[in-house]
Amino acid sequence: MSEPELATPFRERTGRALGDRFLQQALDIATTKFIVLRREAFENLPEGDRLRDRAREIKEATLQQLDRHLDRLIDEIERRGGHVHFATTAEEARAIVLGIARRTGARTAVKAKSMATEEIHLNEALEAAGVAPIETDLGEYIIQLAHERPSHIIAPAIHKTRGQVAELFARELRRPGLSDDPEILTRVAREELREKFLAADLGITGANFAVAETGSVVLVTNEGNGRMSTSLPRVHIAVMGVEKVIPSMTDLVVFLAILARSATGQRLSVYTTLVQGPKRAAELEGPDEFHLVLLDNGRIPQIAGPLREALSCLRCGACLNVCPVYRQIGGHAYGYTYPGPIGILLTAMLNGPTSVKDLAHASSLCGACADACPVRIDIPRMLVTLRKEVNEQRIAPWTERVAFTILGKVLTRPALYRLARSFGRIAQRPFARDGAIRRVPLAFGEWTRSRDLPAVAPRTFQEQWAELERERAR
Amino acid sequence: MTAGDPETGPGFPGDRRASGGLGAMSGPPVSRVAFMVTCLGDLFYPEVGVRIVRLLRGLGVTVEFPAGQTCCGMPLFNSGYHADATDVARRTIALFKDAEAVVVPSGSCAFMVKHEYPSLFTDPAERRDADALAAKTWELSQFLVRGLGRTRFRSEIRGRIAYHDSCHLLRGLHESESPRAILRSLEGAEFVELPASDECCGFGGSFSVRLPEVSTAILDRKLKNLEASGADCLVACDAGCLMQMRGGLGRRGSRLRALHLAEVLAPNE
Repeated sequence: MSEPELATPFRERTGRALGDRFLQQALDIATTKFIVLRREAFENLPEGDRLRDRAREIKEATLQQLDRHLDRLIDEIERRGGHVHFATTAEEARAIVLGIARRTGARTAVKAKSMATEEIHLNEALEAAGVAPIETDLGEYIIQLAHERPSHIIAPAIHKTRGQVAELFARELRRPGLSDDPEILTRVAREELREKFLAADLGITGANFAVAETGSVVLVTNEGNGRMSTSLPRVHIAVMGVEKVIPSMTDLVVFLAILARSATGQRLSVYTTLVQGPKRAAELEGPDEFHLVLLDNGRIPQIAGPLREALSCLRCGACLNVCPVYRQIGGHAYGYTYPGPIGILLTAMLNGPTSVKDLAHASSLCGACADACPVRIDIPRMLVTLRKEVNEQRIAPWTERVAFTILGKVLTRPALYRLARSFGRIAQRPFARDGAIRRVPLAFGEWTRSRDLPAVAPRTFQEQWAELERERAR
Repeated sequence: MTAGDPETGPGFPGDRRASGGLGAMSGPPVSRVAFMVTCLGDLFYPEVGVRIVRLLRGLGVTVEFPAGQTCCGMPLFNSGYHADATDVARRTIALFKDAEAVVVPSGSCAFMVKHEYPSLFTDPAERRDADALAAKTWELSQFLVRGLGRTRFRSEIRGRIAYHDSCHLLRGLHESESPRAILRSLEGAEFVELPASDECCGFGGSFSVRLPEVSTAILDRKLKNLEASGADCLVACDAGCLMQMRGGLGRRGSRLRALHLAEVLAPNE
């Protein structure tokens, strides 16, 4: 499926984002709030560091034997009357969901927030097949009305101010003069959605975890829409990346302790829903059919690949909130389903290294992401690995590769280093004033457009050393 | 005899939770160091290196300067040119092989030597040499406080001083206390905390020219925080951050200054 943003070059997309006053305001407020809430949540959890280490250990151990845990999960779900499907590609996953929709005669589907279904572009496929998808998470509902895509993993409409949401609702839901009070806006959305829940044929969700030993699919939500999506429609389909399986309920407790704290700064999210197959004989509610779609889509090869660590990601979004680049450009500028630092790794996983030719460099490698990550994924290290891959596969421009090769020569040969120093002094002559350069051509011009560049010193440290040596002797 | 192994000290990688505490290293006092000036330090900020040499001499430390230094190779490493970075690292390791201890004025270059160098070598002998250099390399503020056990210095700077936590020193070498301890103790100057001091300045090496608009937007946030702090002067322990922040202040015609730690410490104690 095409990614509409990609028609514009990346740097231009960042420029557009930087120039969007509303986006800048919305991002600043929301990410700052998330940062503070997360910090406070972990300050009140002395065992937080140990839980994070433990969570990572569980993820690593599970990846070691992923097939065994998936087998157990499948057995447990089937034993309870559910169906499990395996999709190697996004296309296969879509075909499985559409097949179920067709067989059950579904016309509408209510959806709980799910990045996996975004990843496979399920909504477009459902619409094309005559099934109307209705997003029921408030943020997702907003962006569906706006015909946009999520710009944050847990806060899909983070890029919108409440004023913009009020205007959108007024226009799309024909409610002129609507207040921008979030409570009123939420009530409007709830009224609109209630009918849809009751009428829907399908409930489509993602999954935060699946517990192998009990066959439970776990949804962590705040609005109750997840629970209604899994219980009201006659068919429930959950789409989940294969790496989301965890062995036991004990493990689940570890993850629940850190997930909401990392994501929203809550101790626990409002709803933690565990689904075990379809409605059973004595139960009053629940779907007649339950399907779990296990999605590979580039994940399994990475168990033994350079992006393995990224398979531990909980999709909490903490790395986005603290990323200085994400905080300036927001999610849409990245151009793919998953934005932010972890999004670059996931994009490479799903679409190959060519897709991150520019994105791999959309980081100052400040390390704030790795620090915030609840499972301590070393994102900066993997970004550097991706850059290396982009160079080695000759995806990077040849001009850049030549420039760095020359730099390598200069830095290993002092004579060349001295020559470059002399060249710099001559070249800077027309531009330098009082030790600063305000404007130069070529690559350094990218620097001097907004910042002064220091001039090569009249006498570098190495040129002063002999004198410093004599100073000591005195 | 080498100085106490920095890796065993408090607040170093391997102990994620340690960030406070200023315990000096155990072991005999360091009396002789080799100075690694770094490329930016050599070409753009030689006065910083000169001050460091005089400062260390004033503390009774003999300073050597192995000839033929260029750069630690981080620009190559971070852009993914690892074969070239390995060649640079091999040279640097050889240059400093005989040093008792190595002092570096930038947290990022110290991080490169201490953490990335060892990862570049598979040959056991080369790996051993890389590990040896990593173990005896110090970022300046850490060397002063944790290596020499000194926190009290004189300063010619007056007014309010804020500190910017460079990313590699803070999150790479887990150091936030040593520079602050020094700055707090300066007589005649008042230390103030910079809001969001742990946020990146937007430099990021080649990032600053690959995405200059984003880099500058991040810088704007930093400089806004500097203004909010009420400080007259911003101190950092990294030439990369200083290049970025000075570049921004200069372009804005600001009266505020960004200085290297060594520039606010007077020599001869």
